[in-house]
Amino acid sequence: MARQPNKETLLDWYRQMVLIRRFEERCAELYQQGLIGGFLHLYIGPEATGVGAVAALREQDHVITAYRDHGIALARGLDVNRVMAEMLGKRTGVSGGKGGSMHLADRDLHMWGGYGIVGGHLPLAAGIALAAKYQGKDEVVVALMGDGSTNIGYFHESLNLSAVWDLPVVWLVENNQYGMGTAVGRASGAVEIVNKANAYCCGADGHGMLQGPRVDGMDVMAVYDAISEAAEHARKYGPVLVESLTYRLEGHSMGDPQRYRTKEEVESFQTKGPIGRFRALLSDKYKGVESALDRIDEEALKAVDDAVEFAKNSPDPTYDDLVSHVYVD
Amino acid sequence: MPDITLIDAIRQAMDEEMARDENVFITGEDVGPRGGVFRATMGLYDKYGPDRVIDSPLAELSIVAVGIGAALVGMRPICEIQFADYIYPAFNQIVNEAAYIYYRSNGEWNVPMVIRSPYGGGIGGGLYHSQSAEAFFAHRPGLKVVIPSNPYDAKGLLKSAVRDPNPVMFFEPKKGYRLIRGDVPEHDYTVPIGPANVSRKGTDVTVYAYGMMHYYTLQAAQMVADQDGIQCEVVDIRTLVPLDTETVLNSFKKTGKALIVYEDNRFLGYGAEIAAILSDEAFEYMDAPIRRLAGLDVPGVPFAHPMQDLFMPSPEKIASAIRDLAAY
Repeated sequence: MARQPNKETLLDWYRQMVLIRRFEERCAELYQQGLIGGFLHLYIGPEATGVGAVAALREQDHVITAYRDHGIALARGLDVNRVMAEMLGKRTGVSGGKGGSMHLADRDLHMWGGYGIVGGHLPLAAGIALAAKYQGKDEVVVALMGDGSTNIGYFHESLNLSAVWDLPVVWLVENNQYGMGTAVGRASGAVEIVNKANAYCCGADGHGMLQGPRVDGMDVMAVYDAISEAAEHARKYGPVLVESLTYRLEGHSMGDPQRYRTKEEVESFQTKGPIGRFRALLSDKYKGVESALDRIDEEALKAVDDAVEFAKNSPDPTYDDLVSHVYVD
Repeated sequence: MPDITLIDAIRQAMDEEMARDENVFITGEDVGPRGGVFRATMGLYDKYGPDRVIDSPLAELSIVAVGIGAALVGMRPICEIQFADYIYPAFNQIVNEAAYIYYRSNGEWNVPMVIRSPYGGGIGGGLYHSQSAEAFFAHRPGLKVVIPSNPYDAKGLLKSAVRDPNPVMFFEPKKGYRLIRGDVPEHDYTVPIGPANVSRKGTDVTVYAYGMMHYYTLQAAQMVADQDGIQCEVVDIRTLVPLDTETVLNSFKKTGKALIVYEDNRFLGYGAEIAAILSDEAFEYMDAPIRRLAGLDVPGVPFAHPMQDLFMPSPEKIASAIRDLAAY
């Protein structure tokens, strides 16, 4: 059983989800103002998955994810100022403006990134897990990915590897129902993605991939419980595949006309949004908590305001930055 | 000093590095009990065990990616790709992940790893067991690319590669594995990654080469010295990236004539870059057109021996190209 979170912890999850939501809304504005360039993939809708999954980990565990990484980075504790500065391509950003939105990372927090190539990060997770095992460390890797990446070869090689080598990895599929604009059922042979674990289950030694649950990814408590159990299994025995059913309330990236889904469908998910749901749960559970929640809302807004100020006032990278860090001397 | 083969030198380097640092491990297809397809890892499984000499599934991208992931958290992987021809499934992992990590993290993390792979033709391997892949990787900054031509360099350079904080592509001329012999110290030494080696002094023509083609070039240089009295200077590039531009230019400034030999396809091959550097930076020293002798521009090295021989540069073809250039 997962550790039962206390009130303080639950309020902190609420804080993280609200911070992510406000951060992402502000990013959308800044994008429209031309202050954020390139491609921007918002984490509006799946907040509960990122926050619940990261909350289930220990400090020394590892997190790696795909390109929709802002929410995961903030949940893992990356500094909101430096993340915003990276969005604006500033010298003070988490990678000094080299990586931008899709490559947020922090070595000290064992947050190994954001990766721009879909699925390319999955076998890296296997390598991190192999090293942890060899070094005798009791560490787990949580590798997040979208539903689309479960159709590429990297996914299958990575699951296979983790199964034959009993690697401590939790493979967490964030199934938001569309790989960019292609519905899961049109791209994946298995519509219930978690069934893909069965192909790598039970090798000669009786070990292998454990098929984990399909969890309600809009419920932070459910995600926390599922990943806590999965991480415990991974630490003791080996890999687990968990599928989180979630939904992005915005387009794939900014400027997505969203012709692949109906307005009604999006609206139906808006009422099931993870933050409103969690707020209602907290209000129900703790009498008189609203004022604390309101304060968290205000603080999140202020943190994002401050982050934007920090980013705007930060210097641009220079030529020296461009040509630095190609090789370690 | 014992006289040993190229492949024995490579095995010695790995053995010594594994003994020196317990974070060094090997992974690849059949590297374990079988000892590798060319026996490069023979005996290491018995010596270091299954945790450090790890048979991988037949899955090249995973072999490389596992190395990258492990290197991020302090390990020193040596990843073996059985033939350079098989490296393309791992291409994304090498050029988009390994080469990028230090840069994308703005210097925060790096991947100290070696990717070893035999390359090149001349053994009748045909289309998918004869390729040279170095140009693809030399093109991407962030990777180092090393190709030794003799056992002494192979051992010393591979040991340097294992200790290097960057990802190093280490291509080995497989035709030379048992053909090329040389004196190799049994004690610990390294050959630094970077400097080229002037392997023969001369005044008339400079020939640049690496790997198997360097071995042939030394034979050709001896032929033209004996038969024609032409004094070739031979530069063994050894490290393709970073290139020792100074040594490359200095030799050309002395001879004014350059022949670049490589067995990869000629078009956009590694030799094209050397030619461009010479014309950019030493134009006033040029006494003849800069020439390249390379593999033909067909998709692969064909199976049949007559076609393979037509495809590949040989000592005789190199000698002929040197004579032409000397007479220009």
